Amino acid sequence: MWVLLLVPFVGLLWVPFYNFQEPALFGFPFFYWYQLAWVPICSLLIWLVYRSRTPDETP
Amino acid sequence: MSAEIDWIALAVFVFFFALVTVMGFFAARWKAGPVDSHLDEWGLGGRQFGTWVTWFLVGGDFYTAYTVIAVPALVYAVGAYGFFALPYTIIVYPFVFAVMPLLWKAAHKKGHVTAADVVLEAHGSRGLELAVAVTGMVATMPYIALQLIGMGVVIQAIGLTGELPIIAAFVILALYTYSSGLRAPALIAFVKDIMIYIVVLVAVVVVPAKLGGYAAVFSAANDAFAAKGGATGLVLKPQQMLAYATLALGSALAAFMYPHTLTGIFASKSADTIRKNAILLPAYTLLLGLIALLGYMAYAAHIKVASNNDVVPALFKALFPSWFAGFAFAAIAIGALVPAAVMSIGAANLFTRNVWKSYVNPGISHAGEASVAKIVSLIVKLGALAFTIFLPTQYALDLQLLGGLWILQTFPALVFGLFTRWFRAEGLLLGWAAGILWGSWTAWSNGLKPLATLDLGGASYVFYVGLGALILNVAVAAIATVIQNLASPRSAIARS
Repeated sequence: MWVLLLVPFVGLLWVPFYNFQEPALFGFPFFYWYQLAWVPICSLLIWLVYRSRTPDETP
Repeated sequence: MSAEIDWIALAVFVFFFALVTVMGFFAARWKAGPVDSHLDEWGLGGRQFGTWVTWFLVGGDFYTAYTVIAVPALVYAVGAYGFFALPYTIIVYPFVFAVMPLLWKAAHKKGHVTAADVVLEAHGSRGLELAVAVTGMVATMPYIALQLIGMGVVIQAIGLTGELPIIAAFVILALYTYSSGLRAPALIAFVKDIMIYIVVLVAVVVVPAKLGGYAAVFSAANDAFAAKGGATGLVLKPQQMLAYATLALGSALAAFMYPHTLTGIFASKSADTIRKNAILLPAYTLLLGLIALLGYMAYAAHIKVASNNDVVPALFKALFPSWFAGFAFAAIAIGALVPAAVMSIGAANLFTRNVWKSYVNPGISHAGEASVAKIVSLIVKLGALAFTIFLPTQYALDLQLLGGLWILQTFPALVFGLFTRWFRAEGLLLGWAAGILWGSWTAWSNGLKPLATLDLGGASYVFYVGLGALILNVAVAAIATVIQNLASPRSAIARS
């Protein structure tokens, strides 16, 4: 599951994935809405890893 | 900017400023603890902040007032390239989730207050401890100065001129930080963050509605960049792509090496608090992405400014009634107070634990630590104030840029030690020095631009200096460790 944490790095650091204007969404060029979309996706991925791990022992 | 005072905006501004001042002094009694008797109380708010307090506190001091001014200003000036703050503040969270709970555990077990404390325990080297502490303090100073500059921009927008308003604001800040410690910015962060959320949500709905929708906003910006030419535009030029990605990655790795962000980590109640925050903090990133677009809205609204930093205040003044502009300016000014307070506390903790306790008075009591830190926080803030008043603004900007590069060089010493003890302290120290020297020299010789160029096989690659320096740093540390292991193998029982 921990490998999910690397996904946002790939999606955002490989700029040729998203360095163009079309298709636009709600007036936002692709470059902008693609990166904004990664915000909730990243939270979701971290949450999935969080859920799958064994909790800390309570002190 | 007009020099006329906008009385309605000023009244709203003063009201909210007064409100947080009262809260700042009251904070000493919030989640009550003996603020003067232990550095854990003054400098870390009692190590008891749960998920929500930490969310407001870290959100408030990571996304600073200067961000609200500078990110739209950069986007306004160059377009897509200025947007690197968005991928930066997304990929930082998987990193925080994976690494910061381990750092918290290491600190919590032994009662460590600073990054340099953790480094000293992991590597047993006074030299490395001092290197990390000094880097932290030096990188923080210009960052505090930038908060003041951000505050100055909005105070000017209201029509107040001269140095007096900013000095007054800063004296108030210094006094309540002195008396309440980290509890003050933690409490004020609630007000600040809620105000900023309101301002931005209103702005991103109302402004495009007035300007004909987002499509019109982007197309106005596109036309402006087409007329401007050069390395600007709604998407990146091919030669900007590597710079964009390396700036995002390097900034993300540096972000939680700063004393102010680490103070938020050490002050939280549990490792789980930090993990939950890694999931919840990206909400601020969404906000930041929308704030960045204010730079494009300025084109659609035909705003003309003398200095790029005036873009946001000018936009708000042009499109909003006075009372809401005053509210927005108060949000930004209060937004400067939270990080400035946490930064001065982080720097004061470093000085107290890793300079004063290590070199001046090793037998200092817990109460003694708290009182040294309180005084140092005042000195740090006065230094930053003097910096902004007596030196050109450009110095603060240049130093903050170098500060990001410097703080990134503490990454191997702090983070690698959480996972492995393979690296030797001497190697890490040598790597740190190599990274700082090469990085500073390269940035300096490029006219203080954060980018370096590498020519390989006829093609040239432009990338973020800090990340290049970090790679050099790690390589030097690894090679030095290997050589040292060959020269003097360590005994198997030397470390437990």
